Amino acid sequence: MPPVLVELLQFLFSGLASGAIYALVALGFALIYNASHIINFAQGEFVMLGGMVTWVLLSQGIDLPLAILGAVAVTMVAGLALEKLAIERARDANVVTLIIITVGAGIFLRGLTSVTLGKDLHALPAFSGNAPIDIAGATLMPQSLWILGVTAAIVVALHVFFHYTVVGKAILAASHNPLAARLVGINVNVVLLLSFGLSALLGAVAGILIAPITATHFEVGIMLGLKGFAAAILGGLGSGPGAIVGGLLLGVIESLGAGYISSDYKDAIAFVVILGVLFLMPRGLFGKRGTERV
Amino acid sequence: MLDIEGLTSHYGRIQALDGVDLTVGEGELVALVGANGAGKTTLLRCVSGVQPVTGGRVLFEGKDITRASPHTRVALGIAQVPEGRQMFGPLSVEDNLRLGAVRRKGPKVADDLERMYERFPILKEKRRQPAGTLSGGQQQMLAICRALMSHPRLLLLDEPSMGLAPLLVREIFDTVARLKEQRTTLLLVEQNAHAALGIADRGYVLETGRMVLTDTGPRLLSNDRVKEAYLGL
Repeated sequence: MPPVLVELLQFLFSGLASGAIYALVALGFALIYNASHIINFAQGEFVMLGGMVTWVLLSQGIDLPLAILGAVAVTMVAGLALEKLAIERARDANVVTLIIITVGAGIFLRGLTSVTLGKDLHALPAFSGNAPIDIAGATLMPQSLWILGVTAAIVVALHVFFHYTVVGKAILAASHNPLAARLVGINVNVVLLLSFGLSALLGAVAGILIAPITATHFEVGIMLGLKGFAAAILGGLGSGPGAIVGGLLLGVIESLGAGYISSDYKDAIAFVVILGVLFLMPRGLFGKRGTERV
Repeated sequence: MLDIEGLTSHYGRIQALDGVDLTVGEGELVALVGANGAGKTTLLRCVSGVQPVTGGRVLFEGKDITRASPHTRVALGIAQVPEGRQMFGPLSVEDNLRLGAVRRKGPKVADDLERMYERFPILKEKRRQPAGTLSGGQQQMLAICRALMSHPRLLLLDEPSMGLAPLLVREIFDTVARLKEQRTTLLLVEQNAHAALGIADRGYVLETGRMVLTDTGPRLLSNDRVKEAYLGL
């Protein structure tokens, strides 16, 4: 293959891997947004907690699979606690107030982590070694395959959950019409609690998958959260498919931008994307267009 | 079966209900009529638990449910067909029906689905379509069926005929009459006072948050005040 194409392929590989992470974070935003119209600015902290708690458990001599499970569980508890202790108690406040609560929760979780676990950078070991795989001259790290595979599995699981289970449909129903949901007997507080728990799970998984590549740190959630938010905006806030496509697209754009323009601008690209979407198509790629007769 | 005592409710500082009393006996069809903004919808919302009550009590089968959550009330046997139908638009017709039975357990749900489809074959035909794409009349049928899926002992109907063509209005009232024959207890809110009082055992007239008249359906129909204010006679 000509070197130009190999280079392109290389950029695509790394773009898709980070894009899958953004997609997971964006799905977390979409879940909570749909259930409550809250934009959860603590989503990035879920990502951070996933990586940091895995590192702590590993450093205590616990095996990687168990450490991962433990970290996901701890993050989910944090997500459920955020909903139960802060959001649910202020449920009658307006959405902006609730969003500010999530900003506060994010700062709190960052602070708590830096005080208890320190401010150092920690790398997790790659799940299955660091021997690069050669594909048509471009190299692919085994961890990237883990990222893509796990993300794909989660997307399938979410699809099944929302389309084939009563609980999943109840969440969709409550997000579409909260009044009707309450009238048929759906407990909307439980729906909100579930969506925070699920979002925390998605965030934790993203944080654990990316930690072997970028290392983890108490502030790693700020940038990953913002990138996930950019992906959610690009795909159309509240849209599941939008979050996935938006995430992958943002990852690829970022990687091509870093490769062909300058890696100094890598992080700026996400924000250029947010601005571009808001100026040109505020609904994003898959934003809601209603088909409802009244 | 349903006893409302001195109920008051507010939207912010605006009072919507002012000491309302109402009873619905087992197997009865009670119509609640009144002008726009009289508080009819607010009253039903209070019974379903989706509107805060600021005073008075709501009793269901003797049990005080004034502070009970909406989903507890559905489990107790209170279902509502809300004003404007309130479909889960992007979800399929069948999903809307299944969600109506979300508080029930067991395999009986599939049997109930079949019964609903028998009653309204058009819903079976369109069961895979998003509910939001149905016509207004079909959505109203679906809204009634969704509420029936919870096996309610008390069904609250809020303006079921609103915005429908005359032929469909008849079908709705036929359906309501059939539910009454099957001994479902019904509280019907209607702007179509003539039709509602015509099939009701008893009726109530609500004016700006206060209950001003109550009598049997036929007697209210011939009441001069009702005739003048609500029947346009």
